[in-house]
Amino acid sequence: MSTAPGLAASDPRDRLAGAIPKLRAFAISLARDSAKADDLVQDTILKAWSNIEKFDPATNLDAWLFTILRNTFYSSLRKIRREVQDSDGVHAAALSVKPAHDGRLAMQEFQRAFDKLSPEHREVLILVGASGFSCEEAADMMGVAIGTVKSRASRARKRLAELLHLEDGEDMFSGTDGATQAVVLRTAAAGF
Amino acid sequence: MGIGMMKKDKNEDAPKRQAIREQIDENLKRVYSATLNEELPDRFRELLAQLKGKEDAGRGGAA
Repeated sequence: MSTAPGLAASDPRDRLAGAIPKLRAFAISLARDSAKADDLVQDTILKAWSNIEKFDPATNLDAWLFTILRNTFYSSLRKIRREVQDSDGVHAAALSVKPAHDGRLAMQEFQRAFDKLSPEHREVLILVGASGFSCEEAADMMGVAIGTVKSRASRARKRLAELLHLEDGEDMFSGTDGATQAVVLRTAAAGF
Repeated sequence: MGIGMMKKDKNEDAPKRQAIREQIDENLKRVYSATLNEELPDRFRELLAQLKGKEDAGRGGAA
Protein backbone atom coordinates (compact mmCIF):
# COMPACT_ATOMS: atom_id res chain seq x y z
CA MET A 1 0.00 0.00 0.00
CA SER A 2 2.62 2.52 -1.01
CA THR A 3 0.44 5.20 -2.49
CA ALA A 4 2.69 7.80 -4.07
CA PRO A 5 5.41 7.60 -1.43
CA GLY A 6 7.52 10.41 -2.88
CA LEU A 7 4.61 12.77 -2.97
CA ALA A 8 3.44 12.05 0.53
CA ALA A 9 6.92 12.29 2.00
CA SER A 10 7.60 15.68 0.46
CA ASP A 11 4.27 17.34 1.18
CA PRO A 12 5.32 20.73 2.55
CA ARG A 13 2.11 20.82 4.56
CA ASP A 14 3.64 18.23 6.86
CA ARG A 15 6.23 20.84 7.78
CA LEU A 16 3.70 23.47 8.80
CA ALA A 17 3.46 22.26 12.39
CA GLY A 18 7.20 22.63 12.85
CA ALA A 19 7.13 26.19 11.57
CA ILE A 20 4.44 27.39 13.97
CA PRO A 21 6.67 28.46 16.89
CA LYS A 22 8.71 30.67 14.55
CA LEU A 23 5.61 32.06 12.89
CA ARG A 24 4.09 32.83 16.24
CA ALA A 25 7.21 34.56 17.53
CA PHE A 26 7.26 36.70 14.39
CA ALA A 27 3.53 37.38 14.71
CA ILE A 28 3.91 38.48 18.32
CA SER A 29 6.71 40.85 17.41
CA LEU A 30 4.52 42.39 14.72
CA ALA A 31 1.17 42.44 16.50
CA ARG A 32 2.51 42.89 20.07
CA ASP A 33 -0.54 41.08 21.36
CA SER A 34 -0.75 37.32 21.84
CA ALA A 35 -4.41 37.03 20.85
CA LYS A 36 -3.94 39.00 17.64
CA ALA A 37 -0.74 37.13 16.94
CA ASP A 38 -2.48 33.79 17.28
CA ASP A 39 -5.22 34.89 14.89
CA LEU A 40 -2.52 35.94 12.48
CA VAL A 41 -0.82 32.55 12.73
CA GLN A 42 -4.14 30.80 12.21
CA ASP A 43 -4.88 32.86 9.08
CA THR A 44 -1.39 32.13 7.82
CA ILE A 45 -1.79 28.38 8.31
CA LEU A 46 -5.14 28.41 6.50
CA LYS A 47 -3.76 30.43 3.59
CA ALA A 48 -0.64 28.28 3.37
CA TRP A 49 -2.67 25.09 3.45
CA SER A 50 -5.03 26.11 0.67
CA ASN A 51 -2.30 27.70 -1.46
CA ILE A 52 0.37 25.07 -0.94
CA GLU A 53 0.65 24.43 -4.69
CA LYS A 54 2.03 27.97 -5.00
CA PHE A 55 4.95 27.07 -2.75
CA ASP A 56 8.14 26.19 -4.62
CA PRO A 57 9.69 23.26 -2.70
CA ALA A 58 13.13 24.40 -3.82
CA THR A 59 12.72 27.52 -1.69
CA ASN A 60 12.61 28.19 2.03
CA LEU A 61 9.25 27.25 3.58
CA ASP A 62 9.79 29.52 6.59
CA ALA A 63 10.40 32.50 4.33
CA TRP A 64 7.26 31.71 2.35
CA LEU A 65 5.18 31.43 5.53
CA PHE A 66 6.67 34.59 7.01
CA THR A 67 5.76 36.41 3.81
CA ILE A 68 2.15 35.26 4.04
CA LEU A 69 2.04 36.26 7.68
CA ARG A 70 3.47 39.74 7.22
CA ASN A 71 1.26 40.42 4.20
CA THR A 72 -1.77 39.34 6.21
CA PHE A 73 -0.65 41.54 9.06
CA TYR A 74 -0.14 44.63 6.91
CA SER A 75 -3.43 44.26 5.10
CA SER A 76 -5.30 44.02 8.39
CA LEU A 77 -3.19 46.87 9.75
CA ARG A 78 -4.32 49.12 6.95
CA LYS A 79 -7.89 48.47 8.05
CA ILE A 80 -7.42 48.89 11.77
CA ARG A 81 -4.34 51.05 12.07
CA ARG A 82 -5.67 53.01 15.03
CA GLU A 83 -6.73 50.00 17.01
CA VAL A 84 -3.33 48.38 16.65
CA GLN A 85 -1.55 51.46 17.91
CA ASP A 86 -3.72 51.44 21.00
CA SER A 87 -2.42 48.05 22.03
CA ASP A 88 0.91 49.51 23.10
CA GLY A 89 2.93 47.27 25.35
CA VAL A 90 0.41 44.51 25.74
CA HIS A 91 2.88 41.74 25.13
CA ALA A 92 5.53 43.51 27.16
CA ALA A 93 3.22 43.30 30.13
CA ALA A 94 2.70 39.60 29.52
CA LEU A 95 6.43 38.99 29.39
CA SER A 96 7.18 40.57 32.74
CA VAL A 97 5.69 37.98 35.02
CA LYS A 98 8.14 37.33 37.82
CA PRO A 99 10.48 39.99 39.11
CA ALA A 100 13.77 38.30 39.80
CA HIS A 101 16.85 40.20 38.69
CA ASP A 102 17.98 43.69 37.86
CA GLY A 103 18.59 42.27 34.44
CA ARG A 104 14.93 41.48 34.06
CA LEU A 105 14.10 45.16 34.29
CA ALA A 106 16.50 45.92 31.47
CA MET A 107 14.90 43.18 29.43
CA GLN A 108 11.49 44.61 30.13
CA GLU A 109 12.72 48.04 29.14
CA PHE A 110 14.09 46.64 25.95
CA GLN A 111 10.78 44.98 25.18
CA ARG A 112 8.92 48.20 25.89
CA ALA A 113 11.20 50.21 23.64
CA PHE A 114 10.89 47.57 20.94
CA ASP A 115 7.11 47.77 21.16
CA LYS A 116 7.29 51.51 20.53
CA LEU A 117 8.90 51.01 17.14
CA SER A 118 6.81 51.10 13.99
CA PRO A 119 5.71 47.68 12.71
CA GLU A 120 8.08 48.10 9.77
CA HIS A 121 11.01 48.64 12.13
CA ARG A 122 10.03 45.74 14.36
CA GLU A 123 9.70 43.55 11.33
CA VAL A 124 13.09 44.30 9.84
CA LEU A 125 14.84 43.90 13.20
CA ILE A 126 13.25 40.54 13.88
CA LEU A 127 13.91 39.28 10.38
CA VAL A 128 17.56 40.26 10.07
CA GLY A 129 18.50 40.76 13.72
CA ALA A 130 16.87 37.83 15.45
CA SER A 131 15.41 35.15 13.24
CA GLY A 132 18.53 34.61 11.18
CA PHE A 133 17.25 35.47 7.71
CA SER A 134 19.72 37.10 5.34
CA CYS A 135 19.12 40.65 4.12
CA GLU A 136 18.39 39.11 0.74
CA GLU A 137 15.70 36.81 2.13
CA ALA A 138 14.24 39.66 4.18
CA ALA A 139 14.15 41.83 1.05
CA ASP A 140 12.20 39.13 -0.78
CA MET A 141 9.76 38.76 2.08
CA MET A 142 9.27 42.50 2.50
CA GLY A 143 9.08 43.12 -1.23
CA VAL A 144 11.79 45.79 -1.16
CA ALA A 145 15.42 46.13 -2.32
CA ILE A 146 18.27 44.79 -0.19
CA GLY A 147 19.54 48.33 0.27
CA THR A 148 16.17 49.28 1.75
CA VAL A 149 16.37 46.39 4.20
CA LYS A 150 19.82 47.51 5.32
CA SER A 151 18.96 51.16 5.71
CA ARG A 152 15.66 50.36 7.42
CA ALA A 153 17.42 48.00 9.84
CA SER A 154 19.99 50.66 10.57
CA ARG A 155 17.33 53.31 11.21
CA ALA A 156 15.40 50.87 13.39
CA ARG A 157 18.48 50.10 15.50
CA LYS A 158 19.17 53.80 15.81
CA ARG A 159 15.62 54.49 16.94
CA LEU A 160 15.79 51.67 19.45
CA ALA A 161 19.08 53.00 20.78
CA GLU A 162 17.44 56.42 21.19
CA LEU A 163 14.48 54.95 23.04
CA LEU A 164 16.88 53.11 25.33
CA HIS A 165 19.10 56.17 25.72
CA LEU A 166 22.05 54.24 24.37
CA GLU A 167 23.34 57.04 22.14
CA ASP A 168 25.70 58.28 24.84
CA GLY A 169 27.30 54.89 25.19
CA GLU A 170 25.46 53.96 28.36
CA ASP A 171 25.51 50.22 28.81
CA MET A 172 21.97 49.36 29.63
CA PHE A 173 22.39 45.64 29.29
CA SER A 174 25.48 44.99 31.36
CA GLY A 175 24.89 42.01 33.56
CA THR A 176 21.89 40.83 31.65
CA ASP A 177 23.43 37.92 29.84
CA GLY A 178 23.01 34.40 31.17
CA ALA A 179 20.85 35.09 34.18
CA THR A 180 18.21 37.17 32.42
CA GLN A 181 17.99 34.84 29.54
CA ALA A 182 17.43 31.95 31.90
CA VAL A 183 14.67 33.87 33.67
CA VAL A 184 13.00 34.90 30.46
CA LEU A 185 13.18 31.41 29.04
CA ARG A 186 11.97 29.79 32.23
CA THR A 187 9.05 32.20 32.37
CA ALA A 188 8.31 31.42 28.76
CA ALA A 189 8.55 27.67 29.31
CA ALA A 190 6.10 27.91 32.18
CA GLY A 191 3.63 29.21 29.63
CA PHE A 192 2.58 31.94 32.04
CA MET B 1 37.48 61.08 -1.12
CA GLY B 2 34.86 63.75 -0.53
CA ILE B 3 32.48 61.14 0.80
CA GLY B 4 35.15 59.78 3.11
CA MET B 5 35.65 63.21 4.62
CA MET B 6 31.96 63.72 5.10
CA LYS B 7 31.79 60.48 7.01
CA LYS B 8 34.51 61.32 9.51
CA ASP B 9 32.10 61.78 12.40
CA LYS B 10 30.51 58.47 11.67
CA ASN B 11 33.87 56.72 11.70
CA GLU B 12 34.76 58.09 15.11
CA ASP B 13 31.56 56.60 16.44
CA ALA B 14 32.02 53.30 14.68
CA PRO B 15 33.19 51.17 17.64
CA LYS B 16 30.45 52.53 19.88
CA ARG B 17 27.84 52.05 17.20
CA GLN B 18 29.05 48.53 16.68
CA ALA B 19 28.76 47.81 20.40
CA ILE B 20 25.23 49.23 20.53
CA ARG B 21 24.30 47.22 17.49
CA GLU B 22 25.56 44.05 19.14
CA GLN B 23 23.65 44.78 22.32
CA ILE B 24 20.49 45.42 20.38
CA ASP B 25 20.79 42.27 18.32
CA GLU B 26 21.59 40.21 21.37
CA ASN B 27 18.43 41.49 23.06
CA LEU B 28 16.37 41.01 19.92
CA LYS B 29 17.42 37.38 19.85
CA ARG B 30 16.53 37.05 23.50
CA VAL B 31 13.06 38.53 23.02
CA TYR B 32 12.51 36.41 19.94
CA SER B 33 13.69 33.17 21.51
CA ALA B 34 11.56 33.83 24.59
CA THR B 35 8.43 33.82 22.44
CA LEU B 36 9.80 30.97 20.36
CA ASN B 37 9.93 28.83 23.48
CA GLU B 38 6.46 29.64 24.70
CA GLU B 39 4.08 26.73 24.83
CA LEU B 40 1.88 26.66 21.75
CA PRO B 41 -1.86 27.09 22.09
CA ASP B 42 -3.75 23.88 21.28
CA ARG B 43 -5.73 25.61 18.56
CA PHE B 44 -2.91 25.21 16.04
CA ARG B 45 -2.57 21.49 16.57
CA GLU B 46 -6.33 21.17 16.32
CA LEU B 47 -6.47 23.31 13.19
CA LEU B 48 -3.83 21.22 11.41
CA ALA B 49 -5.54 17.98 12.46
CA GLN B 50 -8.82 19.35 11.13
CA LEU B 51 -7.28 20.39 7.82
CA LYS B 52 -5.56 17.05 7.47
CA GLY B 53 -8.75 15.21 8.34
CA LYS B 54 -10.67 17.06 5.65
CA GLU B 55 -7.92 16.35 3.15
CA ASP B 56 -7.83 12.63 3.93
CA ALA B 57 -11.60 12.39 3.74
CA GLY B 58 -11.53 14.09 0.36
CA ARG B 59 -8.76 11.90 -0.99
CA GLY B 60 -10.19 8.64 0.30
CA GLY B 61 -13.56 9.38 -1.29
CA ALA B 62 -15.02 9.47 2.24
CA ALA B 63 -16.97 6.20 1.95
